[in-house]
Amino acid sequence: MSGLLEVKNLSTHFNTEGGVVKAVDGVSYYVDEQEIVGVVGESGCGKSVTQLSVMQLVSIPGKIVGGEVIFEGRDLLKYPANGPEMRSVRGARIAMIFQEPMTSLNPVLTIEKQMTEMLQLHLGMGREAARYRAIELLGLVGISGAGNRINDYPHQFSGGMRQRVMIAMALSCNPKLLIADEPTTALDVTTQAQLLELMKEMVAKFRTSLIIVTHNLGVVARYAQRIYIMYAGRIVESGTTKDIFSNPRHPYTRGLLRCIPRLDEEKGRRLVPIHGLPPNLINMPPTCAFNPRCGEKSTRCTGNALTPLVHVGNGHYVGCVLNNEEKESEHRV
Amino acid sequence: MSQERLTGPAAIADISEIPPVVSEWSRFQRVFFQRKLVMFGLAVLLVVVFCAAFAHWLAPYDPYRGNMADSLVQPCWKYLLGTDIQGRDTLSRMIYGCRTVLMVGFITVTVAAIIGIPLGLMAGFFGGISNMIIMRAMDALMGFPFLLLALLLSAVLGGGIQNVIIALSIALVPGYARVMHGLTLSIKENDYILAERAMGASSRRTMFGHVLPNALAPMIVLATAQLGILILAEAGLSYLGIGIKPPGAAWGSMVADGYQYLLSNPVLSFAPGLAIMVVVFAFFMVGDGLRDALDPRLRGLL
Repeated sequence: MSGLLEVKNLSTHFNTEGGVVKAVDGVSYYVDEQEIVGVVGESGCGKSVTQLSVMQLVSIPGKIVGGEVIFEGRDLLKYPANGPEMRSVRGARIAMIFQEPMTSLNPVLTIEKQMTEMLQLHLGMGREAARYRAIELLGLVGISGAGNRINDYPHQFSGGMRQRVMIAMALSCNPKLLIADEPTTALDVTTQAQLLELMKEMVAKFRTSLIIVTHNLGVVARYAQRIYIMYAGRIVESGTTKDIFSNPRHPYTRGLLRCIPRLDEEKGRRLVPIHGLPPNLINMPPTCAFNPRCGEKSTRCTGNALTPLVHVGNGHYVGCVLNNEEKESEHRV
Repeated sequence: MSQERLTGPAAIADISEIPPVVSEWSRFQRVFFQRKLVMFGLAVLLVVVFCAAFAHWLAPYDPYRGNMADSLVQPCWKYLLGTDIQGRDTLSRMIYGCRTVLMVGFITVTVAAIIGIPLGLMAGFFGGISNMIIMRAMDALMGFPFLLLALLLSAVLGGGIQNVIIALSIALVPGYARVMHGLTLSIKENDYILAERAMGASSRRTMFGHVLPNALAPMIVLATAQLGILILAEAGLSYLGIGIKPPGAAWGSMVADGYQYLLSNPVLSFAPGLAIMVVVFAFFMVGDGLRDALDPRLRGLL
């Protein structure tokens, strides 16, 4: 399969009064066609800003300071942020779903108005055609009585239903890539599961690639084919879902896995949280960003602010001195 | 694009039983026309509009030419509301005054809104340099009290209904721009604005299609409140002699003229004063009704 999206060395900085916040700091990743990719990390690790940078939707004082976003062979960062080229990509080629379904729909416009707007804008549909298409889409995402509900306003929908509407809207123009930014965080667990199943089903049906941004490893475990682990604006580990779960190499990934319960493990294991908070992005430690919280640090760690990602086999990359050296030593032995 | 590909995966949905678009109008009618106060306000405004439209036909006398023999007559069957010092019929002058009220009120509010709302919207939406230029200019205008600014402009332009409208409009613009600016700043932070941009909408579409509708309810209330203030402001300008020029009929100047005879002929001041009060109240009521009827968030509650 060919690459759909390739992000190279993307950096987004926020110029604040306190200093430069390097929210995204040299991030590279790729997404293949019809692939489901997970981006995992704690709050404030730059997951969302990375995705917004791809769409060039970072608002002041944020600024994309470097890198390339190659989508379908074109570098999106070469286009002006609000120019016609970028606008024709947003919604039509890359669609986005946001975290808060309660506030992602305009409260004073009907669902019909909001759904048909995109169809008319990107596909040049007439009003009636767009309306029928919108009703079809609502039916597809499991809203019963779609023909009646389309005239409703967002406040007449529950959170789960609004997120269904968002999914329908996002897929309405047949985008090649769907970016779901914590799509289920604000919903209850049962609804989460239903919506994730729905999203998986829909992206398969529409032949769309999907990026799931989440802090919930459980979400990506089931749906994603590959996972990127982000910490403090950088990717610290990436690999197939199987590798990440069965053979996590970065201490941060291990930490994340230690604090969630698993079905395939021995009884009685304690859940261990990662102590502390992610570092202040203005005032980064001179060492590896995870060093202050790392449970596995050694003398080799110090003085290595930028640990490059090292290939440790089978498309598995890790950005930690400790573990890639271990791997190498294993090779030597 | 290929229509087949579009309808392909979605064809499962049953589209045979799609009801027609539910009319927003029916809800509007229900909410708007079922409240007594709103209906009262509407009735008052209709009477005013009717009087303004058919003033020449309704007024029993010429409002501009008095009969000096009948100066300061008390209300009687010949002159229902009496006459002023020049012998002009008060009722006729009030009927003609409806024209002034409506023209000054509606035209001024409309002009000020058309200028002020987009200014505030752009300043709030784009921020940065455009925000600074627009809002500092508005601040400069706002530095003057409303009536003083209107007075100043009116004095510079000279009196007359046209210049009163221009002066009041300019004086009102900063109020609209300020309120719209504040609303825009809070509305644009909402997720649905980001979502709208993520769907490829241009700035103009986002501003006028999504930010503005969310600000409409407060703006309507502001406009109706200002209609009341405007009628009073026009009365003030007329009172000071730089508003509607005599012998033009305006309620404000009638109140001012009758003031000297308050003890002997109270009706001269009271009748137009009461008219101002009732019309201002009517504008407020209709404004409230409009807001409730137009705000979809109150759907189901009202």
